[in-house]
Amino acid sequence: MPFIAAGGAATAADVSTFKAGTFSPPRPAPDFALRGSDGGELKLSRYRGKVVVLGFGFTHCPEICPTTLATLADARRKLGPAADDVQVVFVTVDPERDDAARMRTWLGSFDPTFVGGTGTEAQLATVRQGYGVTSEKKPAFFGGAWFAHSSFTMLIDRGGRLRALMPYGRAADDYVHDVKLLLGERSVALE
Amino acid sequence: MLLFAASALCATAWAALAPIESTSRDEIFEIPKGTWARRMAGDKVEILPSEIRLTLGVKDVLVLKNSDDVPQMFGPALMMPGQSFRLPFETPSVNQFACTAHASGQLTVVVEPHPDSPWARLRWRANGLLAMAPGRERAHGQGH
Repeated sequence: MPFIAAGGAATAADVSTFKAGTFSPPRPAPDFALRGSDGGELKLSRYRGKVVVLGFGFTHCPEICPTTLATLADARRKLGPAADDVQVVFVTVDPERDDAARMRTWLGSFDPTFVGGTGTEAQLATVRQGYGVTSEKKPAFFGGAWFAHSSFTMLIDRGGRLRALMPYGRAADDYVHDVKLLLGERSVALE
Repeated sequence: MLLFAASALCATAWAALAPIESTSRDEIFEIPKGTWARRMAGDKVEILPSEIRLTLGVKDVLVLKNSDDVPQMFGPALMMPGQSFRLPFETPSVNQFACTAHASGQLTVVVEPHPDSPWARLRWRANGLLAMAPGRERAHGQGH
C-alpha cells in the first residue's frame, strides 16, 4: 500500500468546487494492462500516487484529440513543478494504426511525458467498457477510417479513484484548477 | 375589464423586472430503482430528454443520479448503483455528449446566458410557463 488513508471523504475536495463533472461517491478506476508507448507495460496502477488524466482517442484524429492533448500540454506547463505529480495517459481506440512507436512520436509532439496505450481490439474494448467510453469506427470520405468516440477525459486521484469527467473543449485553466484540487488532497489510499 | 388589463400589466412588469432567483441551481435527473428490470421486461424507459436546456446563474448544474441496482450509462457517464454525477457549466454553450440511451447517440446540453435584460427575463419566465403546460411535463425520476 503506497499511501496511507488520511480520513477518507473528510479530506476530499468539495465536489461543488470542481470545474469538471464529479462522481459521488467516487469508485476505483478500473486498472488495465496495455502495451505502453514507452516500450513497457502500461498499467494504470503504475501511477498510483499521481493524479492521472486519462483520455481515449486515435492518432489520426483531425480535431478532438489534438485539441485535448494540446490543452493538457498547456495545463501541465501552467502547473509548473506540480506537473511532476500529474500523468497524462492516452489510450487508443484504433489499434490497427496506432502502434506503440506511432503513439510515442505523436504524443511526444504535444508533451514528452504523455504516455499512450495500445493493445488488441478486445483488450481495448474491455478498457473502454470499464470507463463507459464509446467508440464507433466509421468509413472516411477519402478512404481509411475515423472513430466517433467519447471526447471527455477522466481525472483519477492519487488513490486511483475515478473522480471526474472533463468535457471536451474546456480550457487548460479548468484542468489546472481541478488537478490542483486533487493534488491538494491527503486522502489517497484505496487498499 | 380595466381590472384585468391592470392585472396583466402588473404581471408582465413583474415578469420583466423582478430578478430571477433559484433555490437550487441543480437540474436533477434520476434513474429510479427498478429501471433495469423494467427495461428487461420490455418497457421503453427514457429518463433523459435528448436536449437539456440550462440557464447560467439559475439552473446551470446538471445532476444525474443512478438509484437503480445495476450500473447504468447515463448521459456521458457510466454510473454505479448509488452514484451521482454533478456537471457544472460556467459559459453559454452548446455541448454534445455521446449517449447510448438516445437513438441519435447524442445528448445535447444547451447552456443559455443569464436573463439579465427585462425582455430576457420575460422570455425566460414565459418559457418556464410553457414547459409546465399540460402534456409538456419533463420526466423527473420516472419513465415516459
